[in-house]
Amino acid sequence: MYRNRPNLWGFLFISPQLIGLLIFSLVPLIYAFTLSFTSWNGFGASEFVGLTNYVSQFQNPDFWKAMLNTIYYMFLVVPIGIFISLLLSIGLNKIRGKEIYRVFFFMPVVTSSVSVGIIFMWILNGDFGILNQLLSYIGIDGPMWLTDTKWVIPSIALLSIWWGLGYNMVIFLAGLQGISQSYYEAASIDGATSFQKFRHITLPLLTPTTFFVTIMTIISSFQVFDQAFVMTQGGPAKASYTIVFHIYEQAFVDFTMGQSSSAAIILFVIILIFTLIQFKLQDRWVFYEK
Amino acid sequence: MKNNIDFQSATVLDQAHTKNNKNLSKILLHILLIAGSFIMVFPFIWTILSSLKNMAQIFVIPPQWIPDPVMWSNYIDSLLAMPFGLAYFNSFYITVVIVLSTLITASMAAYAFAKINFKGANVLFILFLATMMIPKQVTMIPLYLVMDQLGWLDTHLSLVVPGALFNAFAVFLLRQFVMGIPRELEEAAIMDGAGYVRIYWNIILPLIRPALAAIAIFTFLQSWNNFLDPLIYLNTPEKFTVPILLNSFKGLYTANWPLMMAGTVISVIPVLIVYIFSQKQIIEGVAITGIKG
Repeated sequence: MYRNRPNLWGFLFISPQLIGLLIFSLVPLIYAFTLSFTSWNGFGASEFVGLTNYVSQFQNPDFWKAMLNTIYYMFLVVPIGIFISLLLSIGLNKIRGKEIYRVFFFMPVVTSSVSVGIIFMWILNGDFGILNQLLSYIGIDGPMWLTDTKWVIPSIALLSIWWGLGYNMVIFLAGLQGISQSYYEAASIDGATSFQKFRHITLPLLTPTTFFVTIMTIISSFQVFDQAFVMTQGGPAKASYTIVFHIYEQAFVDFTMGQSSSAAIILFVIILIFTLIQFKLQDRWVFYEK
Repeated sequence: MKNNIDFQSATVLDQAHTKNNKNLSKILLHILLIAGSFIMVFPFIWTILSSLKNMAQIFVIPPQWIPDPVMWSNYIDSLLAMPFGLAYFNSFYITVVIVLSTLITASMAAYAFAKINFKGANVLFILFLATMMIPKQVTMIPLYLVMDQLGWLDTHLSLVVPGALFNAFAVFLLRQFVMGIPRELEEAAIMDGAGYVRIYWNIILPLIRPALAAIAIFTFLQSWNNFLDPLIYLNTPEKFTVPILLNSFKGLYTANWPLMMAGTVISVIPVLIVYIFSQKQIIEGVAITGIKG
C-alpha cells in the first residue's frame, strides 16, 4: 500500500543518487581536505604535515603566478563579457527575428572546449591567422596572440567571451522578459525618454540578473583550464598558467598530491565565498521584490 | 481653438517623426545584429573553409577565401589518421548510458524528495544542494584516487558510473517539477491501489516529460563535451572520447592546419546537429535553469 513504509521507499528511491553523491562528491571532498594536510606524493607512505602544504603554497611563485593570471583573466572576461551580452540582450529583447539571432549567438556555447580551442589557435595564429590578416587590411600589425606573454591571457579571454556570450545573453533575455510592461507604460505616460526608461526601469530591475551572471562568470573564470591546456599548455613562460592548471600540474605531472590538494582547497574556499554571496543576495532580492 | 489644432498637428508631425526615427534605429539595430551574428558564426565558417584547403592554399597571404581545389580528401585523411570512428562510438555509447541512467536515477530521487515523507529527507536534500557548490576541479585528485582504488582507471566505468549516479542539479531541477504535480492525481491512483513504484512510473514520469527532455539535452552536451575527466582517467587511444582524441590529434599534426580543421569539424558535427534540431529547447532550458551545457 502507498502510505506503507515511507522511510524504506524514500531511501530506496534516492539510493542510486545518494550512493553517487557519497562516492563521487562528498567522500572526495573530505579526502581532498585530508590530503591537503599530508605529504603524500602518489605512492608510498603519507605523513601528516599540518599546514605545511598551505604555507609552501603561499611561498610558491608558481601559485602566485597562477593566481594573478587567473585574476587578470577574470578582470577581462567579467566586465567585457557581461557588458557585451547585456547590450546584445537589450538590442534583441523586442526586435523581430529575435529567435533567429539567438540561434547564431548561442551556437558556440554547445561546442566543446577542445574544438573551440583548436579553432582559435588557427584564427589567432600570429603569422597566418585570419585575425591578423584582417587587421593588416586596416593597417594594424597584429601581435603574436598566443605566443606573446603579454597577449596570451587577453587571447584566451577573447575566446571565452565569444564562447560564453550566448549563455549570458539568454539569461539576460530571461531577466528582461521578467520586467513587467506596466512600468514602461507608466513611464511613457509621464513622458520618459527611452534612455530614461532604460536607466531608471530596465537597469535597476535587471540587477538581480546582472549579479547572477556576474557571480557565475567569476566562478567559471576561477575554473578556467581547458582553453589554456589546449591552446598554450600554460605557456609561453607560464603566462597562461592558471590556478586549475597549477592544481593539475602539481597532481598529475609532479605527483605532489598533498601540495596540489592544498591549492584545490584554496580554490574551493574562493568559489564557496562567491557562491555564498550569490545565495545571500538572492534572498535579499526576493524579499525586496515582494 | 486654433492653438489647439496647431498643437494637434504638431503632435501628429512629431509622432511621424519619431516613427521614422524608430524605423531608422530598428534598421541600424538589425545591421548591427547581423554583423554580430556573422562574427559569432565566422570561426565555424572559417574552420570549414580551412578544412577544405591544401597546405599550399592555407598559408597564402593575403588569405584565399574559397578553397580551390576543394580538398575533400582532408576528411578521409583525418578519419584515417586517428581512430575517430572508435572515439565516436565511445563518446556515443558513454553519453547514451549516462543520459538514460541520469533520467531514471535523478527522477527517482526527485520523486522521493518531492512526494515521499521519509525521515531525513530535508537534511539529505540540503546535502544535494550543497554538493552543487563543489567545483569538479576541487575533487579531481581524490576522484582519481577513488577510481584507482576501484580499478577503474583507463576504463569507461570511470566516466559512466559517476555520470549515471551523480547529478545533483538534475535531482534539484526535477524535484521542482515533481512538486508542481497536484496531490489529487496521486490520491486517485492510491485509491486504485497503486504503490510507490506505479505512481512514479505511471503518473510522475509522464507528467515531467518536458523537464526530462531538458535534462537529457544538457546531460548529452555535458557528457559529449567533457574534457577534464577523460583527460585524467584515460590513457589508451582506443578508449578515448572525441574531445580527448581531438586533443591528441592536435598534438600530432601541429601545423597541418587543414587536417586539424577537418578533425575539428568532424568532432563538432554531432553537437551542432543536436543543437540545430533542439535549439529552442536548449535555449529555453538555459533560460529556465541557468545551467550551462
